[in-house]
Amino acid sequence: MSSDLTTRAADTPAPGTPAIEIRDLHKSFGDVEVLKGIDLVIRQGEVVCVVGPSGSGKSTLLRSVNLLEEPTGGQILIEGVDILDPDVDIDRVRTRIGMVFQQFNLFPHMTVLRNLTIAQEKVLGRRTTEARKVAQEMLDRVGLGERGSAYPSHLSGGQQQRVAIARSLCMNPDMMLFDEPTSALDPELVGEVLQVMQDLAKEGMTMMVVTHEMGFAREVGDRLLFMDGGVIVEEGVPADVLARPRHERTQAFLSKVL
Amino acid sequence: MRRSTRQRLVRWVMYAIFVIAVVLVIVSADWARLQQQFFDPALAAEQFPEIITIALKNTLLFTVIAFAGGLVLGVLMALMKLSSIGPYRWFATAYIELFRGLPALLTIFAFAFILPIAFGVRLPGGAVGAGLLGLVAVASAYMAEVIRAGIQAVPKGQTEAARTLGMSPAKTMLWVVLPQGFRITIPPMTNEFVLLLKDTSLVYIAGSTVMTKELTTFARDSATTNANGTTLVMAAMLYLLVTVPLTRLVAVLERKMARAR
Repeated sequence: MSSDLTTRAADTPAPGTPAIEIRDLHKSFGDVEVLKGIDLVIRQGEVVCVVGPSGSGKSTLLRSVNLLEEPTGGQILIEGVDILDPDVDIDRVRTRIGMVFQQFNLFPHMTVLRNLTIAQEKVLGRRTTEARKVAQEMLDRVGLGERGSAYPSHLSGGQQQRVAIARSLCMNPDMMLFDEPTSALDPELVGEVLQVMQDLAKEGMTMMVVTHEMGFAREVGDRLLFMDGGVIVEEGVPADVLARPRHERTQAFLSKVL
Repeated sequence: MRRSTRQRLVRWVMYAIFVIAVVLVIVSADWARLQQQFFDPALAAEQFPEIITIALKNTLLFTVIAFAGGLVLGVLMALMKLSSIGPYRWFATAYIELFRGLPALLTIFAFAFILPIAFGVRLPGGAVGAGLLGLVAVASAYMAEVIRAGIQAVPKGQTEAARTLGMSPAKTMLWVVLPQGFRITIPPMTNEFVLLLKDTSLVYIAGSTVMTKELTTFARDSATTNANGTTLVMAAMLYLLVTVPLTRLVAVLERKMARAR
């Protein structure tokens, strides 16, 4: 696997390069413009939380970062590479960007272990034994080392989401996107998922998190973005924005959710 | 009379009428002649072993060939119909409409006689082989629609999760979407298998020889030759001997899979 290591080393960006750089991003669905010019730079190792009312465009922004949504205008640079360039191999870029969904999206026809090994084998070309080793390591990391042989439907929502996080980590991503990772969970299961995310942040993972968990944003986030109507209305240190929102729309939103 | 008593009475009367009707039909049949014409033990014994070694064997062989061929072509047509490339979509739509819209008998006939003339080739199995290809075409048209529906029933989040992990569209289809789509299609596919098993009786139109007779043709020829329907009854029982255990087996399988999910 030394060749794998060397290619990965070649992919590693220079220390100063932002993990994610977005310039004047626009996205329309038909006649509706949901992103109206977003500029955003996320440094390596930074944890950025994105909040805002539904329909504000926060999920669309997140999904644009790995091109699950095709922008209608603007630029997206991942570790300095313009991913909207048609010559860029998007599948290769995506292996460096982990993503966790609201609905977990585990593969229901595979065991937990297979969920974690399939992409390692079919995309990274790792051997089964190596893929299993990595998978077990990641399962241990999210506290589910014993559940490798279970099917996703046999797990609680919180466990499924932790498996989904482990599945992303198996690809050794440089950054992780979280699209409302706890919104589909029963309240008592939210904590275990947030804990795993907090551990990840502590280890220096670059994270972009769309969330309604203001507590998490304050404790773990380096920066908080408030979006409304397809633009970033306000941003800053989470504690500041939450305690002293400057913009009227931010105040209105926070007064409803806090 | 109380309402529940009246209801019970009505139920009993309906049940009695039903039983009387069934008994009347059974009693009024001419059992002596029926037995002579359709349950002749001597004639039945004469049919062995050919009814198994030739007729049943050919029925099963034709079914398996048509099902396997139909499955491969059906997946291809389903993928083409879901393709983002226009001409692929149009071709698949035309193909499905054509072979689903024509009577199977006509399609088999057309394949058996047009294919050899058009391409000057002799297929293995001769005219019957060509006719079987017609049955493959019919099967694939129906299966394509079943598979397409199965693929579309797999939630979009599955594709997104796979693509996010770096899988190409082809790998996503192969490892994530198709396996889940196939599970959804098991009941309609079982149905298709049973329909095909019965439709193998149409292959005779391609011209059958002694060695290519399947159950229905074998039984019909025997019935004509002997002026006796015993072999038809035997054929009927053999069809059921295959289809009933099969559908039971699939039902058990389905329950097991439902538990695994």
